[in-house]
Amino acid sequence: MSDTLLKVRDLKIGATVYPPGEKPHDIEIVHGVSFDLAPGKVLGLIGESGAGKSTIGLASMAYGRGGVEITGGEVWVNGRDILKSPLGDIRKLRGGEVTYVSQSAAASFNPAKKIMDQVVEAAVEQKKFSRKEAEKRARELFAKLGLPDPDNIGDRYPHQVSGGQLQRCMTALALCPEPDLVVFDEPTTALDVTTQIDVLMAIKEAIRDTGVAALYITHDLAVVAQVSDDIMVLKMGNTVEYGSTDQIINKPQEEYTQALVSVRSIEHEEKQPTPDPVLSVDGITARYKGLNFDVLHNVNVELHPGQTLAVVGESGSGKSTLARVITGLLPPSGGEITFAGRKLSADLAGRSREDLRELQMIYQMADVAMNPRQTVGTIIGRPLEFYFGMRGAEKRKRIIELLDEIELGEKFMDRYPAELSGGQKQRVCIARSLAAKPKMIICDEVTSALDPLVADGILKLLLDLQKIEDVAYLFITHDLATVRAISDSIAVMYQGRVVRYGPKSEVLSPPFDDYTDLLLSSVPEMHLGWLEEVVAHRKMESAGN
Amino acid sequence: MHPIIKLVSQRLALGILLLLGASALIFGLTEALPGDAAQAVLGQSATPEALANLREEMGLDRPALTRYVEWLTGILQGDLGQSLTNKLDIADSIGKRLGNTLFLACVAAIVSVPLAIFLGLLAVRYRNRWPDKLISAITLTTVSIPEFLIGYVLVYFISVKLGWFSSLAMVNDSMSLGQKLYAIALPALVLTLVVLAQMMRMTRAAILNLMQSAYIETAELKGLSTFQVIARHAFPNAISPIVNVVMLNLAYLVVGVVVVEVVFVYPGMGQYLVDAVTKRDVPVVLACGVVFAAVYIGLNMVADIVSILANPRLRHPK
Repeated sequence: MSDTLLKVRDLKIGATVYPPGEKPHDIEIVHGVSFDLAPGKVLGLIGESGAGKSTIGLASMAYGRGGVEITGGEVWVNGRDILKSPLGDIRKLRGGEVTYVSQSAAASFNPAKKIMDQVVEAAVEQKKFSRKEAEKRARELFAKLGLPDPDNIGDRYPHQVSGGQLQRCMTALALCPEPDLVVFDEPTTALDVTTQIDVLMAIKEAIRDTGVAALYITHDLAVVAQVSDDIMVLKMGNTVEYGSTDQIINKPQEEYTQALVSVRSIEHEEKQPTPDPVLSVDGITARYKGLNFDVLHNVNVELHPGQTLAVVGESGSGKSTLARVITGLLPPSGGEITFAGRKLSADLAGRSREDLRELQMIYQMADVAMNPRQTVGTIIGRPLEFYFGMRGAEKRKRIIELLDEIELGEKFMDRYPAELSGGQKQRVCIARSLAAKPKMIICDEVTSALDPLVADGILKLLLDLQKIEDVAYLFITHDLATVRAISDSIAVMYQGRVVRYGPKSEVLSPPFDDYTDLLLSSVPEMHLGWLEEVVAHRKMESAGN
Repeated sequence: MHPIIKLVSQRLALGILLLLGASALIFGLTEALPGDAAQAVLGQSATPEALANLREEMGLDRPALTRYVEWLTGILQGDLGQSLTNKLDIADSIGKRLGNTLFLACVAAIVSVPLAIFLGLLAVRYRNRWPDKLISAITLTTVSIPEFLIGYVLVYFISVKLGWFSSLAMVNDSMSLGQKLYAIALPALVLTLVVLAQMMRMTRAAILNLMQSAYIETAELKGLSTFQVIARHAFPNAISPIVNVVMLNLAYLVVGVVVVEVVFVYPGMGQYLVDAVTKRDVPVVLACGVVFAAVYIGLNMVADIVSILANPRLRHPK
């Protein structure tokens, strides 16, 4: 019995890329990474998108996603180099010795098969258990992971359980064959914060009770600090820093790690409300066609010129619906909206061009919000033509001004969206909305799809632009750190209602209502033992009640 | 009510409505054609008096709507009317011929559907390697050549040169099943070749599309073999698109056999329809049209219903 379960040496991984307008060619995406994992230990792999962390995780199962290929190095599992093993042996390893939990359980479960069939499949196929034993073990795991009705939940189809429950089912799927190693690939990233905390605790307890080793892959340092023994920080396929969790969190050596630890350092002073709000939402109630219940109930909020109102809530809280009502895409069934001193038509068709110009929007997915066949110059120039009739040199001058404001510059004018990074794309979307000289911009989860450091840059840019252009933001987000960073006032939404609303300093200070308390305490904090503290605190509170 | 019952009954109602529309369209179109049955029977040199007499005798002088309603009521009672040319009951003639056509179509379907799906799965298993390319090349060749040409080529080589099968696919009631199968081997082969490509390519495309899904990756990471992954995890989700293209092809087998039946002088619906058209026997053309429309709409309805039933979200609501 060796004391190392997984030994990775000088792992190199390559892929074939197909850049637009160029010949396909091979690139290296992981440049010689080495690490060890002892039985029963947890190693966190952390980095931004493109760091190669998922690719390394899958390499421990000798698997390359899409066109990805392992080009060099050694991966030893239980004392044998799996990169040199025949395919038949690798199949026994996958689903037997090493199993995988993906980011989106909703996509990773086959919609056409019952949960139980999928959970026991690997264990039965690898002849680890008989079907009957495997089902018994699955039910035990369902119970251990805190799933409701553990004896019968396996008879359901994936669409019949919630996202958080499905993520736990995926964990049960991975643990069912009694593997030696589980690769967790961003297992809580797609979940709401209040759900994340439960799943995180369930995963941590399951790891502890079964004595399995784990590779825990995430971009969220605060999350990985709660579950792992060691952490490896990756950037662009290279190891930046590799050490114990305590050392990485409390005494980071490298500059990049320090930046990750101290991210969200934006200071923003709260502004006082003015007598004339730019937007006031009065008693809005709304429902979607075909639904027999209201999605928004009597929502009242105000936004003041040059300020930021953050609308915060989990998925299904109605915050995006509120944006649809304000933009006129969904006419409300009750209430009215006053914008810049005039009453807005409920219906989009009834709004003037001036109404449209002064109220702009930026979306979460910058790449689908732009026409891929238009250059950046055309994209930003369009509102200039449409609203101000600008042509030729005048338009070009204004485009360059806007490109300078978003810190990209003239050289980006002739590029296509596909040639930009995620952060650059979002900047172009910001420039496009600013081109209309709006009084207010609705920002719908604009930093959610971005890496933390890039997101920070976007938030700083938005704050700077607010000072220059005196534009107001209605900022929709589920991320409380973002809310703290940029808002002047906050509306907390829960099940279609505003449960807490006021200036930032008031909303974020106790005494809290139950939901806001739950939401605030669920945000992972970057210190060791946070998870246990929160869970213990909640147990005490519920025992006290 | 269970949403599935609601959806299925909606489809059924829609199908009946569609069939009604199709019957009206067929009737209207034959009305719009220049000349009528009386003219066809009497020929070019008929006197106007003779024409008028015959029209009155055949009831063609009454308004079109009255005749349509009469005709429709007749169909609903199983009476398709009489042939103008030989005065025989159309329902009887069609009954036997439809049976022959369905027999030929069924044999072709029993061979082609499983073969197409199997070849599709095989093409996915060896995608972009030689088995995939070979399957694609052969099926594309056969679908690109008009079926009458394939028919004549097969007749020339297999029945004339080799003498294995008869070039005429004559069947009658006194033949045993084995004899019948032997007689229709060639036309069935032609039909199979024609419909194979589309079904096979749809199966391949539908499954390849699903192979990008995250749950396929999950299955691969469970250590399943490629064929297990395809058959267990991809195929159940590909049923709906595959059934749709299979049903379209089955409908083609029944409706589109006209040409093949003529090539092999097979006593089916196609022959009957072609004869009726040349003799301008309008009631027979109408009846054949309605039967074809019914088959087409019916099979597509079945495809819709199977798609609904194959969707676990509809079968097992939250």
